[in-house]
Amino acid sequence: MNIHDPIKRDFKVVGTRLARPDGRDKVTGKAAYGADISAPGMLHGRILRSPHAHARIKSIDTSAALALPGVKAVVTSADFAETDDQDFADIRDNCLAREKVLYDGHAVAAVAATSKSVAKQAIRLIKVDYELLPHVTDVDEAMKPGAPVVQEGRSLENVPAGMSENVTSYFEFGHGDLEAGFAKADQVIERTFKTAATHQGYIEPHACMGTLSADGRGELWCCTQGQYMVRANCAEILGIDASQLRVTSSEIGGGFGGKTTTFIEPVALALSRKAGKPVKIVMTREEVLRATGPTASTSMDVKIGMTKDGRITAGTAVLRYQGGAFPSSTVTMGAQSAFAAYDLEAVQTQGWSVLTNRPKEAAYRAPGAPTAIFAVESVVDELCQSFGLDPLDVRIQNAARKGTLSSYGPTFDEIGLVATLEAAKAHPHYSAPLGPNQGRGLSCGFWFNFGGNTCVSLNLNDDGTVGVVEGNPDIGGSRASISMMAAEELGIPYDKVRTVIADTTSLGFNDVTDGSRVTFAVGLATIKAARAAIKEMCGRVAKLWGIDDDAVYWEDGYAKPAGPNAGEYPPMSLKEIAAIAGSTGGPIAGHHEVNADGAGVSFGVHLVDTEVDPETGATTVLRYTVFQDAGKAVHPDYVEGQMQGGAVQGIGWALNEEYIYGEDGRLQNPGFLDYRVPVASDLPSIETVILEIPNPGHPYGVRGVGETPIVPPLAALANAVSRAAKVRMTELPMSPPRLLKALAEQA
Amino acid sequence: MKAIPVETTINGDATEFLCQADESLLDVLRDRLGLTGAKEGCGTGDCGACSVTLDGRLVCSCLVLGVEAQGAEIETIEGMADGDDLHPLQRVFIEKAALQCGVCTPGILVAAKSLLEKNPDPSETEIRYWLAGNLCRCTGYDKIIKAVHAAAAEMRGA
Repeated sequence: MNIHDPIKRDFKVVGTRLARPDGRDKVTGKAAYGADISAPGMLHGRILRSPHAHARIKSIDTSAALALPGVKAVVTSADFAETDDQDFADIRDNCLAREKVLYDGHAVAAVAATSKSVAKQAIRLIKVDYELLPHVTDVDEAMKPGAPVVQEGRSLENVPAGMSENVTSYFEFGHGDLEAGFAKADQVIERTFKTAATHQGYIEPHACMGTLSADGRGELWCCTQGQYMVRANCAEILGIDASQLRVTSSEIGGGFGGKTTTFIEPVALALSRKAGKPVKIVMTREEVLRATGPTASTSMDVKIGMTKDGRITAGTAVLRYQGGAFPSSTVTMGAQSAFAAYDLEAVQTQGWSVLTNRPKEAAYRAPGAPTAIFAVESVVDELCQSFGLDPLDVRIQNAARKGTLSSYGPTFDEIGLVATLEAAKAHPHYSAPLGPNQGRGLSCGFWFNFGGNTCVSLNLNDDGTVGVVEGNPDIGGSRASISMMAAEELGIPYDKVRTVIADTTSLGFNDVTDGSRVTFAVGLATIKAARAAIKEMCGRVAKLWGIDDDAVYWEDGYAKPAGPNAGEYPPMSLKEIAAIAGSTGGPIAGHHEVNADGAGVSFGVHLVDTEVDPETGATTVLRYTVFQDAGKAVHPDYVEGQMQGGAVQGIGWALNEEYIYGEDGRLQNPGFLDYRVPVASDLPSIETVILEIPNPGHPYGVRGVGETPIVPPLAALANAVSRAAKVRMTELPMSPPRLLKALAEQA
Repeated sequence: MKAIPVETTINGDATEFLCQADESLLDVLRDRLGLTGAKEGCGTGDCGACSVTLDGRLVCSCLVLGVEAQGAEIETIEGMADGDDLHPLQRVFIEKAALQCGVCTPGILVAAKSLLEKNPDPSETEIRYWLAGNLCRCTGYDKIIKAVHAAAAEMRGA
């Protein structure tokens, strides 16, 4: 069988809506998440956090805490190892501060005690002598010469002299003659936008439980998007060999990118090493909001020229993202994706990364893209309004297609943008009537998608069932989709396959669950592992029948003789082959290891109707439809779920969610009451339309779907609210006070 | 601090435990009784992941003290299925893909069951407002609302 077969298009299992294998455990409360595991003799860890936005640590006195009965260990940054790698050092110094605390909530020290309450008392007994330093939390303020410097010596060489040292990097993408492009325009609009930082808002706080012995052997259980990443970070930070630390990922209660790094795991292991007992750490929600997660807050200038018949002649975007107290790079992806939906002759994007006294930015679903695309799509919409043009027609007219030189360099292969836009145009939502104070908005969205390092083992059991071992935590149904692809390829029923997530010693390295990569890359590796097992099975059968290996082929779960010349033999099922594997050469397994490319970029279009209340400034979302190219949708329910969930996270970003810092540099709203994520009563049904334009880079045509859906909502909502309120909204979130202010300024 | 003895009924079983005066019912369930189906998402009553019923009333167990369970009837997610037979809500949640990560699911199921006991035929709006105290960050709620609706219809025999 040729491993480079054309994309399969007729499916028996893939594309159906089967029950997920972990469903029963998750609806009965049996599924074990990060905080759900305990061990005999276990201690409870707790972390002391900085109350200051920026301060030098002059001394830490832990003696009183250690003297408290029940306290078994206290650790500070002095308990971590030295490292020459700057990325590891940043993660380490974010886990426990060295020399300076860089933001409100920055971890300073930790204790392990016999109970939660003793641990809580003990951290209050740790005396930290701080020298307060001036702080800065706003991106524009932080870029000014003379702003308080968060970290010195972190700027890349391409940052011009004379800027604040908080500016750490600069990126530029684009092509064409901008001056000529803008000269061809009938109108040029330039706007400045600002967006607040948001949090991923996973419902499960970070949690882990681990042991580390004095000889460097350890076991760790944690909720993470990548157990191999956790192992690498912990090994480096603790100065132990990766081989000696086994990390097992728990069920994960949401991540959205925020669990692609480590915060508490090295701390728990350091405490365990000192105390000689297992240590569990579970963050509070306040800790989650103050010290993990958030996205960049941004300040952006976008300038676009358009002819009166709707052709975009040139576009520029200058993006300024603060990523907290450590250098970040999401602005790069923002700059690359800003104009990705358009086929442009002249385009330039510039990105500036900036340090502030805020938590270290973590990835959040299509990191960098939603805000940049919000700014671009807002200006495109305003130009459409100005010329009286249909915003969907203008996007179709200017859409990137196969062969388009993208704004960030590559030339696009098969992409589904135009088909997605046309589906939106044809949908009844687009022509439905609107009432007073109502407006309709739309936006395109884009994400790169990612493949990455992936290992899969597929084992035949002697009863004819199959085990698939993969290394990526199942964050939203991937065990179902992986089992489905294995069943499809092998030609056996879905319920004969069990997919498990390996710990770090049971399988080779896997990149974290990110980049919308799992269904694509783990699926690809699973299909190829199944093909390797099929090849082995066909070889075994060929020997039994006494014919050549290539005279046996695989179809619908059976090895069959290939054509009349091969001879007459009754087909042998996988079950029959597995049952006699011991006498035909031993156990049968297939595996595949790959650094997968060909993920295939992804586009979506969102349509939203809103109604604004001019009295209160409140916005109601009336109707919402998501259109997205999913490649082949392996499990359509979970594809729809990604589209709906991403859209709602984007609605929260657009309308409610916001990190609010006081003059004192402290986070003012570290709880779900004041950091308000959308609730069920805020929302209408989120309608979905899946388009299936096969991705040439995957045997079944699969494309990642998870991240793209958070990209369009910011602009779609801003365009809908701006049209409903008849005032252009350039700041997110469009919370009631901001909308009232905009209405007042206009009047 | 001296531990306080508490006698209660959990999922129909007579249960005794010792707890501190300041210990939440959620901590008692999770840490002392091994009932980890209720989750702590916030500890402030804002997310609903720790939902249980106390004498038939839907509560956030993070906001109830362990000692308040004295003499009460507590129902948790662990008591929702009848042996191997899932409650219709549980079954329909799987069938209709009403969960992604699943961490909010126990709380949402307990809350939805409580709704259907009071109102067997809720409108979409009634379901959305009843579940407004249960945060889900993965699904956008759409499939959850549809699943509750479908389970309600099935339970009514509609």
